[in-house]
This record gives sequence, C-alpha cells and structure tokens, in this order.
Amino acid sequence: MNDIIKFDNKLSIEKSGEGKRGFSFKKAAPKAGIPQGAARTTRPRLPELSEFDVVRHFTRLSKFNFSVDTHFYPLGSCTMKYNPKINEEVSSFDGFTHTHPLAMDACAQGTLEIIWDMEKRLCELCGMDAGTLWPVAGAHGEYTGILLAKKHFEELNRSRDVPSPVKNEEGTVPIHSDRVNRDEIIVPDSAHGTNPATASMAGFKTININSAPDGRIDLEVLKARITPKTAVIMLTVPNTLGIFESNIAKICEMAHANGSLVYMDGANFNALIGLVKPGELGVDIMHLNMHKTFSTPHGGGGPGAGGIMVKKALIPYLPAPRIEKKGGSFSVNEDLPLSIGRIKAWFTNTQVLLRAYAYLLMHGPKQLREIAENSIINANYIKSGLQDLFPPYSREYCMHECVLAPSKELTDKGIRTLDVAKRLLDYGYHAPTIYFPIIVHEAIMIEPTETESKETMDAFIAAMTKIHSEAQKDPEFVKKAPHTMPVKRLDEVEAARKPNIRW
Amino acid sequence: MKPEELKYTKTHEWLHISGDAAVVGISDHAQHEMGDIVFVDLPKVGSKVQKEKQACVVESVKSAFDIYAPVSGEITEANTKLSDEPALVNQSPLENGWLFKMKISAPAEASDLMDWNAYQEFVKTAAH
Amino acid sequence: MFISNTETEKKEMLRAIGAEKFEDLIKQVPGKFLGSRFDLPEGLSEMETYNRMKELSLKNRNLKSFVGGGAYERYIPSAVKALISRGEFLTAYTPYQPEASQGILQTIYEYQSSMCALYEMDCSNASMYDGSTAFAEAVKACVRINSRKKILYASTMNPRYLDVAKTYFSNPEYEFTAVPAENGAINPEKLKAMLDESVSCVAVANPNYFGVIEDVEALAKAAHEKGALAVCVADPLSLAVLKTPGAAGFDFAVGEGQSLGLPLSYGGPYLGIFTCKKEYVRQMPGRICGMTKDKDGKRGFVLTLQAREQHIRRDKAASNICSNQALCALSAAIYCAIMGPEGLRETALLNNHLANFAAEELAKIKGVKLKYGRPFFNEFVLELPVKAAELREKTACKEGVDPGLDLAHLGKGFENSLLVCLTETKNETDVLNLKKAVEANLAVEAKI
Repeated sequence: MNDIIKFDNKLSIEKSGEGKRGFSFKKAAPKAGIPQGAARTTRPRLPELSEFDVVRHFTRLSKFNFSVDTHFYPLGSCTMKYNPKINEEVSSFDGFTHTHPLAMDACAQGTLEIIWDMEKRLCELCGMDAGTLWPVAGAHGEYTGILLAKKHFEELNRSRDVPSPVKNEEGTVPIHSDRVNRDEIIVPDSAHGTNPATASMAGFKTININSAPDGRIDLEVLKARITPKTAVIMLTVPNTLGIFESNIAKICEMAHANGSLVYMDGANFNALIGLVKPGELGVDIMHLNMHKTFSTPHGGGGPGAGGIMVKKALIPYLPAPRIEKKGGSFSVNEDLPLSIGRIKAWFTNTQVLLRAYAYLLMHGPKQLREIAENSIINANYIKSGLQDLFPPYSREYCMHECVLAPSKELTDKGIRTLDVAKRLLDYGYHAPTIYFPIIVHEAIMIEPTETESKETMDAFIAAMTKIHSEAQKDPEFVKKAPHTMPVKRLDEVEAARKPNIRW
Repeated sequence: MKPEELKYTKTHEWLHISGDAAVVGISDHAQHEMGDIVFVDLPKVGSKVQKEKQACVVESVKSAFDIYAPVSGEITEANTKLSDEPALVNQSPLENGWLFKMKISAPAEASDLMDWNAYQEFVKTAAH
Repeated sequence: MFISNTETEKKEMLRAIGAEKFEDLIKQVPGKFLGSRFDLPEGLSEMETYNRMKELSLKNRNLKSFVGGGAYERYIPSAVKALISRGEFLTAYTPYQPEASQGILQTIYEYQSSMCALYEMDCSNASMYDGSTAFAEAVKACVRINSRKKILYASTMNPRYLDVAKTYFSNPEYEFTAVPAENGAINPEKLKAMLDESVSCVAVANPNYFGVIEDVEALAKAAHEKGALAVCVADPLSLAVLKTPGAAGFDFAVGEGQSLGLPLSYGGPYLGIFTCKKEYVRQMPGRICGMTKDKDGKRGFVLTLQAREQHIRRDKAASNICSNQALCALSAAIYCAIMGPEGLRETALLNNHLANFAAEELAKIKGVKLKYGRPFFNEFVLELPVKAAELREKTACKEGVDPGLDLAHLGKGFENSLLVCLTETKNETDVLNLKKAVEANLAVEAKI
C-alpha cells in the first residue's frame, strides 16, 4: 500500500513511556473537591506519549488505509464520491463549531437558518412537503420514518374512537374507515439489512417478499401479501440491483388503496438527484444520506447524516423540535403535541449538514442533474466493459450501480467473489461491495459515482480483466490475494471465537 | 452416535430419542454448509420449545442460523462446552457437538421426521 | 467542478455502452416522472459558497458561555484536529476490507481499549450516534437480556436522554418510572423501596444533570439485589477523577464522548460511548473491532462478532445501526493518547476546581444560593431571586455572557434555577466577570 513507510502494528499503549506527556496546562494540578468514597482509586490504562509520538503513530496508521482521496472506491450502495475540500473548511468556521446546542436561539441564527433553508431545498429536490434533519445516519432516518408511520396509524385509530371529524385528512394519504392494528412491514428480499432491522426495532413484523426474475418487485406476490395489517411497504429506488422500480406508481397505488404507506430508502438517491422527484412517484416517507448523495465524508464509518422527507399528512408527527421562521428570525419549537418525540439528545450531526449545505449551494438544477447523469453513464460504462467476463445480473441498462458475478470460467476454478475482491486490493482499488444483495449468488456490486474519471474506470476495467485471466492461469495465486497489503488474509474465525477487543 | 440411529428434520437438525428424553444437534451436512462455527447461543434450561420454532442460534463469521426444535418439549440441558469451544459443532456434530437435551412433550410429533436414508436422499435432492 | 467527464468523453462512453444518448439509459423510468422542474437557486462558485458560509457563521453569536447540561466547551489540542483532517481517515469507508483498512481498524481497537480503561468496563463497541442513543440501546439490551418490562430511572438524569429512550421504546408494554430525587440526588434506600422482580434495569447518571455526584455503588448494588441490571450514564472526562461505573459494579455504562476532543457544533457530530460487562458482549449493538492474526501469524485487526448486526441478522439484529461516529471515535482515541492519564486527570481537576471556586463566589451574591448542598463535578445549580431565563437574556445582551442553563423545563420549583458549568476553557477572571455580570443584572432587578 505504501512501500516507503514500513507497516508497524504496535499499539499506542505499547509505545508508551512512563511520565511522557502530550499535553499540560503547565500549572500545578489543583486539589480535587471530590469526597473520598466518590473518587477514582485507579489510574486509567491509557498511553503515555509525547505529542510528536502521537502524531507519528496516527499519521502512520492513516497510511495503512484505502480512502477516496487516495484510491478508487467503487463500493456499491455506498456512493463513495469525491468529498469537496471546501466543505471541510466552511463547516469548521468558529462561528459554527463554537455554538452550544443549548445556546439561545438569538445566538444560533446562522446555523438555524442553514438547517431551515436546507430542509426547504431538500423538499423541493425530493418533491416532498416537509422534512426533518434530525437523524444522524440512514438507519436512524429509517427508524424515525417508521416511527412516524406507526404514530400515523395510532392517531388514525385514536381519531376513530371519537366521533369528531379526522383532523389529519387533508394529506395525500387516503384514509380507511376501519380500525385496524397494522403491525406488518413488507420488505423485498433485495433490501438493505437495515430495513428489516428497523422494522423489528420499531415493533413491526417483517414480511419478506421475493423479487421477480428481473429483480423488480413481483406485483402478483406483493398483491398477495398486502393485507389490512400492512402498515408500510419499504422500497429502495433504484433498488439494490441498480434497477429502477418501473412499477413504482402502481405499487404506491396498491399501498394507498389499502391504507398503507410507502417508505423509500434513499440510499441510492444519487441516481435520481435532479432527475426524478420521489414525491411524484407516490412515496410518503423517504430518507436521505448526506454521506452518500451529498458528498460528506464517511470518516471510516461515520458520522453521517440522514434527513427524512415526508408528505403533508405526516408533518404533525415529525420529531421534536422543529425549526421555524418568524419574520426574519429563526427559532426552535419544542411544543409539538403530536410529535413522535426526541430521537437524539441534541440537534443532529450539524457539522455534517453544514458540509452538505455547502454542496447544495454549489449545485443548481443543472449541476444536480449532471450528478445523476454521470453516475448512470459511469455505471453503465463499467458494466459494459466487464459484462463478458463478469456477467451482470440484468442485461438491461442499469442506473447508478451494477451487480455482476464471476463468470463460469472462474467458478469452475473455484474462484469466488471474495478472491476477486482481495486481488483488486493489490491493484490499488478498493473492492466493490460483495455478497450483497443477498439474492445474487456471488454478487459484485459496483458503484463508480459521477466523480470518477473515464481514465480511472478504464484502468479499473483493465485490472478486472487481468484478474480474470490470472484466475484461470494461476487460481491459487488469486485465492491467496492480497499479496501487497500490510497483512495477508486475516483469521476472522478465531477473532470471533475468542474475541480480543481491547488492550 | 451413529447417523443411522438418529431422526432428521428438513432444517437439518438431528434428534436422538430414548423414552421421553431426547438430544438435539445439527447434521454433518449442516455444519459443513455453515462453515466455521464461532458461537452457539444456547437455550435456557427449563424453557419450553415448540416443534419447528426457533430453539437456539448458531453463528458463523458472516451468518447466523436459527436452530429449530424437531419436537415440542422442555429444555433439560444445554451443551455448555460449546460456550468455550464452538468448534466442537464442526469437529463432532453428532457426538461432542450436540446442542441441547430436552424432555419431549408430544412424542407423536417425531413421526414425520426422516430416518437416515430419507435424510440422505433429501440432502441429495435439495442440492439440485 | 467535481465531475471529471467532458462532453467528448461522455459521448465516447455512451458509444461504448451502445447507447445513442443518455436518455436511452433511463428508459426504465416511466416518462411521466422525467422532466420535473426544480425550483432551486443557481449553483454558486466555490468562492461565493465560502463567502456565503462565512456570512452565515457570523450570524451565530458566540458568548462567554457557562452552559453545559450534557455538552461541554472543551479545549481541543491542535494535533487532534490535524490528525482527523487527514484524507486517509476522513474519506475512508467502514473497514469491511480489513487488509486495506488496518489503520482505521487499529484506531477503533485503541478507541475501544481507551473507553474500557476510562469506564473500567470489560468491553466497548466502536461507537453509537451520541450519549442519548447509546443510553436507549443499553436499556434495550437490558430488556432483551432479562425480558422484564419495567425501567426505573433516576429523576436526576438528563431529561433529554429519557426523552430519547422513550422514543426508542415506542411500544407501550414497557413502563418507565422515575425515582424521585432528594436534595439533587437519588437516595439508595428510596430506590430499594421501589425495586421488585419486575424491574429490568435501573438507570442513573453520574455526575447527574445537576452536576451532583451520586452514590453510584449503592445504587448498582440495590438494583442487583433484586436481580435487575444497572445502567450508568457517565461523562468520560469526569471518570479521570470519579469512581468509575466498572468499579461501582454497573452492567452497562454509556456516555457522551463529545468531551473527548469534539467541538460543540450545535449538537454534533458527537460520540455515543457504549460499554458493558463481558457476559453481555453479544448484546452490544453496532460494530466491534477485534485483534487477530493473518495467514503468516502477523497481528492484524478485523470487525468481529458481526452476526449480531443488521447486515447479517436483518430483522433479528441487536440494532439497526450501520453508519456510526467512527471519525469522532478516532478523535476520542487521539485525545486520550495526547492527554494520557495525567493530562486527563489534570483537566478533570481543573474543571472541578473552577466549578468549586465559581460556586463559592456566586453564592456570595445577595439573594443567590446553591440549590443543593452536595459535592459536584463541574456543574452546580444556583437558586436565583429571579427567573433564570430572564437573567440569562439580560447578561447575554449587556455583558455578552451566557451565565448558564435555565432549568425551567424541569417544571415547578425550577423556574429560578440556573445550571452553571465550568470547564478548562475558563479561568478565575472569567468567574469573577460572571459574578459581576450576574450581580449587575440582579441589582437592576432589585431597583425596579
């Protein structure tokens, strides 16, 4: 990965030297006013290092790592696009970072204005009526969205207990007159794992439905599974095979006729941005991933941010608080009697939103559409460049990502997707998403995003082509890959059998 | 235990019956398909299990498998050796790698389980 | 700007794909959904964006602030900021390919180890969204473990944490009951009287919302006597000097990691610390990194115990969490390494010392007294002769000082209560200036 810096896997605690200090206030430590019985009696086992020791330790660690800045990272469903540097600078302005979450509204006008304006812009982009930027991750957004649906049905039931007219009827969600306990959520088998996990976390039963052979929802199967108990149908558009759910309007119609809601997982929104408004497809609730579509960095696994957008009927249930504009100033409203409540102690991953907002500022309608266009062209380009050696799941054009699998020549030699993925690392490419979606045997899911150049993709296709021929000539060599990383394949079995998760 | 002495489910559990007591494990075929077992979430002694409902969970590195009770009854013992050595399920699925013992509440439920020959046939056809 | 493809390249690529134009690629999208109008402003240039964001940042007014209440103004060593800004960390994804992610994985392992050391607990995960969601998930783990339905929580906890936990338990079969406070803390005897075999867990915070130090050991012991589990919310910095949840016997300990090197940033990104005893390791939500060996026997790191997680267990997963707060956990790991045991202790003592000094000085003001006569860490509650919110607004306007958090949201009896917080970012002069500001505005009040 980096020949010049020798890999060094010593832990910081192993480099520790007694009495070394990385930071000091240069004053005698004051006496503690802590009663004896309430005081700590041991010394925490933390490294003792100079500041320079720490800087060198972590800088070296950063070198044993693939990242978007250094490597092509075609992870399907993760949208590893370039993270503009301007986002980092403007989100770190002192005015933003020094503001306490409980600062008086008058002292946080800048941040409040951004969040308010961002919500408006995202509503327009998604064709939805309102939103909340509270959730801090896609899964957190999903959970919030499903809680909104739950509350919606609870309130419908409650309103039926009293003879007064239903208050919430101006929305686009058709309302059924019967009182039912809707405790099922329909999820296609191609869905992200977070969808069923979210459903059960919110107390719903997951009803899995099998996809049709073309990877889309099988309308007949769906019809058979929609019942008066169906609360929500959760869909990913385009789906995890990179295919647009062409029957989406019909699906939403079926759901609404049944009194159910449609939730859209927006993980793949990069394919639709500036091109299609999900609200117009008929979805009632959707989430967005700022760390995917809106270019905020993934940070090695987070933090992200995951706002949700809703149709009018669901607005009263949005999580507390809401930001409101009165005259020229912005305020935080906590007085929301029908809200599902708080989903996080403080406001959201605000600094992540600031990055996404800067990105939004730089993109007018024309530039937004270019994101979708180029992400779709790039994915199809890779797909067509590889389709003879790594047959795609579907022969039709894909949207922003494609799902392939090793050809028969490879599987006959015992080469698995994992081997191809590991060998790619040797060529300086992060592996695509593998073994997902689970409905595709030996899946290789590639999402190049709009920011990769043709040159990079040509080189990637060449590397995949080379691996294909290597695998036939010397399958054992490929099975032992990677050969050039700081470590060889790791023993995950022992790691799980005898977990060593701390020093 | 010899494979011929056991009864099998379509979900690849085996059952050894003596009177109203029984031992449950997973077949050699099943452990092979699951790969290296890293953890067994054992059932609580005294808990009631129902035929074809989840009784415990076996985990490999990248998957988790529900283990279903072949018949209804009450758990009388769990193989606590597996807590430290889950690999026993791979090494000795029919002997040291048994999962739990139970007291059968409805002996008639065992009648639809497969014998060794039928199970072998089942595995063969299921593979195609 | 961010797209590399030129028009010529796009044409070449379309030709290679076998399509005439871009529209051919999206025929799967019904025509009626294409051609929507987007009523959005034109895109700004990078420079215009910079200027616009600068302008907005200046609309925030940063006062000399004594507000805490769960998020704390801290000094962040420059090295922390420099290291987490490295693109290799910042722009990496979750380390699903361990051979290409040893750097991130090792930092997670070091983070987990540092949290275990601070909390004196056996295990830590790789992070949760924030302290409040970590708390909610810990309570969820408790009810999974013992299948009991009742949750007893200290009324001295941060109410926001409770709000979040209640949102996470949208199912009405779970019952949350508050243990009342006595003089700003929980009396273990009172807790004992409320405990029975239906209680799943007892949740407490230390220091609590009022800054007061609770008798944590007695509270955990009381819970265990009735077979309930014990959950502690603890500020990580305070643990450099306070009795740890591990030493007090808690089963789960969580906290807000913002104190470990993260800016306030109006609420996030922060860091949910989640730790537990080793028998509950498989009840932990989220990612966990483990040390192992590669084929040649060399040390390496992987994500482990993954069968608990949503991408494998789907609807039976411990939680739906996927993205976490990895970069914030990295900040915390670096912060702990730079501070070391001595630096953390020094910082914690400085916080405690300044808070004691401020409490003493402010209580000298006529009409002002300390609400609770108990030891505290770095926050304390003042009882004022006026509404706390009014004082806050006045000192903000006139002196540019935010004297603390008004506690009116806690209801009757708290209208005049002000929660004052001191951290290492203040000094004695700041305290005396605060005293002057409070005095001046109370005096004006008295004249009217």
